[in-house]
Amino acid sequence: MMAINVQTLIPLFVAIPLGMSLLVQLVARRRHAVAETLTIITLLALTLMSGLSVGQSGIYHLGGWPTPVGIDMRLDALATLLLLVVSVVGLAVSLYSVDYMRRFTARSHFYSLFLLMVTGMNGVILAGDLFNLYVFLEVAAIASYSLVAFGCAHEELEASFKYIVLGSLSSALILTGVALVYGMTGTLNLAHIASRIAETGMSMPLLLAFGLFICGFAFKAALVPFHAWLPDAHPSAPAPVSAMLSGVLIKALGVYVLARLAFNVFGIGANELSLLRWLGLLSMVAGGLLAVGQKDIKRLFAYSSISQVGFMVLGLGLGTPLGLIGGLYHLVNHAMFKPLLFLNAGAIEYATGSRDLRQLGGLNRQLPVTAATSMIGSMSIAGIPPFNGFWSKLIIVLACIESGFYGFATAAVLVSIVTLAYQLKVQRMAFFAALPEALKDLQREPPMMALAMILLAVGCIVLSFAILTGLRDPWLIGAAQQALTAGIFGG
Amino acid sequence: MSGSRKLRDRGTGMGMTVKTVTRWLKGPILLFGIYLVLYGHVTPGGGFGGGVVIASAFILITLTSGELAGLSIFSKGAASRLDSVGLLIFLILGWLGTWWASGYFFENFISTSETAYHSVLSGGTMPIGNLALGLKVASALFLVFTVLSAFQIAGRAIDGLTDPEEQQREDKS
Amino acid sequence: MIYSLCLLLILVGLYGVVVSRETLKIVISILIMNHGVHLLLLLIGYREAGNPPIVDPGASIASFANGAVDPLPQAMVLTSIVIGLGVLALMVALCVRLYERYGTFDITEIRRLRG
Repeated sequence: MMAINVQTLIPLFVAIPLGMSLLVQLVARRRHAVAETLTIITLLALTLMSGLSVGQSGIYHLGGWPTPVGIDMRLDALATLLLLVVSVVGLAVSLYSVDYMRRFTARSHFYSLFLLMVTGMNGVILAGDLFNLYVFLEVAAIASYSLVAFGCAHEELEASFKYIVLGSLSSALILTGVALVYGMTGTLNLAHIASRIAETGMSMPLLLAFGLFICGFAFKAALVPFHAWLPDAHPSAPAPVSAMLSGVLIKALGVYVLARLAFNVFGIGANELSLLRWLGLLSMVAGGLLAVGQKDIKRLFAYSSISQVGFMVLGLGLGTPLGLIGGLYHLVNHAMFKPLLFLNAGAIEYATGSRDLRQLGGLNRQLPVTAATSMIGSMSIAGIPPFNGFWSKLIIVLACIESGFYGFATAAVLVSIVTLAYQLKVQRMAFFAALPEALKDLQREPPMMALAMILLAVGCIVLSFAILTGLRDPWLIGAAQQALTAGIFGG
Repeated sequence: MSGSRKLRDRGTGMGMTVKTVTRWLKGPILLFGIYLVLYGHVTPGGGFGGGVVIASAFILITLTSGELAGLSIFSKGAASRLDSVGLLIFLILGWLGTWWASGYFFENFISTSETAYHSVLSGGTMPIGNLALGLKVASALFLVFTVLSAFQIAGRAIDGLTDPEEQQREDKS
Repeated sequence: MIYSLCLLLILVGLYGVVVSRETLKIVISILIMNHGVHLLLLLIGYREAGNPPIVDPGASIASFANGAVDPLPQAMVLTSIVIGLGVLALMVALCVRLYERYGTFDITEIRRLRG
């Protein structure tokens, strides 16, 4: 097999899903099987490509133009990690959709929009300048707005409208921030901005810009004062879309960009870090407490997403290497178990037609794969020792203690217990309680759905072993953390 | 379905004067749009601006002579297909840059001499890209217009529509 | 000073989003806000008595760079307008669909999601 130059792969991460999304529109409008196959092949290719680019880095000059003139795309360890996560979750979700989306009409539109969303996320991850980051962010966001409204029922339209209004607001804030940064530094390239800011220090307009970015991306990441759209939008979407939104979209568009800008570009100081910590703490606690009372299984998971994003941002907000590792590790872990849980919820809804926990029960006999994988997902998210969620939460707590924030550490431990509580509630009410009469003879999960759930469950277990390479240097994640602390390269 | 269409269509046509003026105007508007697209790399304009002007010609026809007149020139299916084709051409153009020469995506692989600057054929691949984008923008805008105008309020039949899929692309013009 | 006018426009839009009760008015407010941001971007590229950023035949690059306004914000605004167009089309389509389902444009009556 010939050696592949990773440099030439960089633009293809964006071009392939975009081209395929158009192709699906063009050739597979009525032939759903073609659309499904094309989507799965695309995601497989993306997974392979991101696997190949592990350990590589590089700057790609689009059109061969040198840096200040042309558009740059940059690949480093952090970007690779995120690309891998997006591709793997996307692959599982696209496999799952084959069976799940059968009850919807116009399925080819779904695949087209889905690929467009992947395009946008990959673009955000690889963007080397602020404005392209904004553009790809909007591509992913617009695709997700329409995907949330995909079913066109009352709740979905309402949720999508809420989402689109708040999303547009946050985008306007982000664009204002971009304008301010361009006005103050005279460049849009991330590396150039970083070196200008390192020279001149933070002036008032730059601080304002950074504040706008924090608000804007906190909207996208659904941190607590800005979270209002998420508990509506994520449960209303079809299950594969919820999995994608909760699993990777809020991270690629929110947490990742926030971390990138905070550490690599603005090089933030202690005050801004404490702001991030408090935002993290707030969403961790509020999301967790709100999740406990939910009756709708997907709504519960949506609130749980807010809580878990809080964990990540708390880890990042510590600013220490261990804290960053904890945050990033939890990001990757959450990208495995939250889609898994949403797919479980989708499988339950597919089989029983209900998402209300009070109407469910005893499903561990009826839906064995769902029950088993959901058990793995629940134990992972709740932080039961051998599973991946335990390690990332442990690292975050240790990092809090290491930096002397005992209060934050206590809060993190308490919220973990709350997480365990609401996951146990799901397990008990959905899988172990007495089986209601209405659910006596259920169909088992279709094979593709089972396959997707098993894939993600295996992902959870594999990630548990990442810790074996060392607490301060988990597999792949240590390198990503170094990319964040080493400062942005090139330019 | 077509019955309700016709019923609706009878009322939407505008007066004689408007229709006549539109007949005169649609040619120049189209021509201006095409000019904007073709000269996008040497003068202000380009794929997006030109595409909008081209779409506005079709929208004008739809507004003055009714929906059927507009759709008879440019059907929804054709618009949707052209929409995808335009962007695909643009992407293939970018990929050709990788494949052709030194291997950069969107490399301008058609070389032009310095003396040709400020003429139409000076842009290398740029006019092709502009054409593709113009195609895309024109059909997408027309599609958005027709799809939105096809909504009928108060629960009457809606002819087989789905959400207008907005495939936003950064505009390189 | 003139920057504050852009800020004012953005705040007018924000006020509209917060206060309006009709979906379409919210959409219009978002448009106003977006255009405030666009004006801000354009102003950043502005220079007094600048030329349009087009290189004339025979002109040197140096004299062009000395006289022209910054073209980059203009390109950014154009792109942002295109994005805004897409979002607008989607928002209006959603408004119409919401009207079909709920029979109203009033967001205080469009309330099925709780909790």
